[in-house]
Amino acid sequence: MQHEIKVNEITGITDAKVLSGGSLLTNFLRTNAEVFKRDRLALTGLIILVFFALIAIFAPVIAPRGPFEVIEADGFWLSNEKPSTDYLLGTTNLGRDIFSQLIYGSRVALLVGFSAALAVAVIGTIVGLIAGFYGGWVDTILMRLADVAFGIPFLPFIIVLVAFLTPSIWIIVLAMAMLLWRDTSRVIRSQVLVVKEQAFVSAGKVSGASNLRIIFLYIAPSILPLSALYGSLAIGWAILTEASVSFLGFSDPDVVSWGFMLQDAFNSQALSRGAYYWIIPPGLAIMLTVMSGFFISRGYEEVLFPRLRKH
Amino acid sequence: MRRGIWIYIGGRLLQSLLVLWIITTILFFLFRQAPGSPLAAYIDTTFTEEQQQALIARFGLDKPMHIQYLTYLGNLIQGDFGDSFRYRAPVTEQIMDVLPNTLYLTLTSLFIAYIIGVVGGVFLASRRGTTVEKGGIIFTLMTRAAPQFWVGMILLAIFAFELRWLPSSGTSSPGVIYRSEIQKLTSIDFWEHMLLPTFTLALFLHGLPLLLMRSNMLEVLDQDYITMGRLAGYSERFLMLRVAARNALLPIVTALALGIGYSIGGNVIIENVFAWPGLGRMLVSAVAGSDYPLAQGAFFIIAVIIVLLNFLADVLYSVLDPRVGSSSQAQGV
Repeated sequence: MQHEIKVNEITGITDAKVLSGGSLLTNFLRTNAEVFKRDRLALTGLIILVFFALIAIFAPVIAPRGPFEVIEADGFWLSNEKPSTDYLLGTTNLGRDIFSQLIYGSRVALLVGFSAALAVAVIGTIVGLIAGFYGGWVDTILMRLADVAFGIPFLPFIIVLVAFLTPSIWIIVLAMAMLLWRDTSRVIRSQVLVVKEQAFVSAGKVSGASNLRIIFLYIAPSILPLSALYGSLAIGWAILTEASVSFLGFSDPDVVSWGFMLQDAFNSQALSRGAYYWIIPPGLAIMLTVMSGFFISRGYEEVLFPRLRKH
Repeated sequence: MRRGIWIYIGGRLLQSLLVLWIITTILFFLFRQAPGSPLAAYIDTTFTEEQQQALIARFGLDKPMHIQYLTYLGNLIQGDFGDSFRYRAPVTEQIMDVLPNTLYLTLTSLFIAYIIGVVGGVFLASRRGTTVEKGGIIFTLMTRAAPQFWVGMILLAIFAFELRWLPSSGTSSPGVIYRSEIQKLTSIDFWEHMLLPTFTLALFLHGLPLLLMRSNMLEVLDQDYITMGRLAGYSERFLMLRVAARNALLPIVTALALGIGYSIGGNVIIENVFAWPGLGRMLVSAVAGSDYPLAQGAFFIIAVIIVLLNFLADVLYSVLDPRVGSSSQAQGV
């Protein structure tokens, strides 16, 4: 008997419980609406994300300068300038505008966050659906693969992959997609095991629906909120991971991300100079976006696992 | 012990070995993708073609792929990871040198994090529905969302550079040399160096046990036997601490075993911020410096630790919770 420990990293929910019935896609949409209507934290998370998304979209309009533009004054680089009305957060040691870098950094964070989350949710959901529905050797192979993914050291793997291939944010997204589907697929699988015993699935079988039809039209809709939950968690992990990889110096040198800014500050003695205006903002931005993902996933949980809501 | 549990443990052990073998194979092919010749560090541009061929032959790189793979597996089983390009010394030696530092940092941080987490979780559960609880949860989520290297940087800027209370990097002050691990562990200098990285890591790690403990407590407090206890006149304090907390602790033990594995793999960040000479820092500098044997060795050791602790977590869980792991028992056999 295979025993799995399912520990949700954020809320500490140890088991996926039976979702309330219904199998239509509209239920999923209704659940989404419910999540943000009912949970103030989830709504806060959504607002933060939308805020950063707007900044990312309008970055060229908001940022006074290009992220790599070197500011010169009297033929010299304007390095390590303190914050002023001209340079809201001062300048880096190569004379670049920190505020502009902060604005442009939101693009990488959101791009990585959303694409990794989507990849993780899609792969994890499909693997979980197939493993749970077919059972037998298909299930065994897929779940052993999940074990392998659990055994590979996450950050070291990404660092090695990025270092060996051309550094780009897409390699980071790919590496995360290759490993992080494991959590999602396990939870989805155990949920599928419950759902597939329900009457509407048997009814589908009796009426002669094909396996694929049953998986994607009968079972999938009722586990979608769970995918959304894990997807929103993955937003946070993806942003944190990208920041960490950049901080360690393995990012694309032509792209400004918040992690890259912090690495730059770290290597430019911003710490010993007490340049808090350089250190604080990028980290705060990372923390806020990651938290918004956490908040949203909590919102899903409150709706999906109503037992906890009572408390 | 029950027979079913041994069968379960045996099966789980085989599974872990299988997983480890697959990871090792992935590692082999992954490092084949490394840019440049695997001997780039050894081959000097002044070498003649023949000298280069001789070197390639010495390292077995002229053999077919499957022979290379088998040699690689054979060496790994014997704990032989080859020689580091940079240090020109066995990788195993390098790893053994830094492994204790990683363990001290990880285990101390986890210990502190889990104590704070368990106590904090019980506290938040006892304040359910209050602003204190809400604030506590938001604070905990903040500590999990804040990048570890950023928290480390701020602490360094304040305590190491501005106030000059604590050292900024490494395990010892200039001029201090530890002759043995015992001497290191009993020196105040070492613990001063430990303080900031431990605090940073513990701050990040405490969130999981705290949130887990809280939700477990709430779940246990919902059970009928707690209500019965209340009716029987036991004090709320007794029920909270003696009954609920005890029952809620089980998943925490498993989470701790899992946590040790993942923290060792994830220490990469903390070790680099604080220039802590451990496994994670070694891995990063080896990858950055194209020292592939060293990087591969460090990666493998981290993977072994993770798989081993995943296995232990499962075993621990099955031993502690009699409902798990023996389906025969459930059928009354």
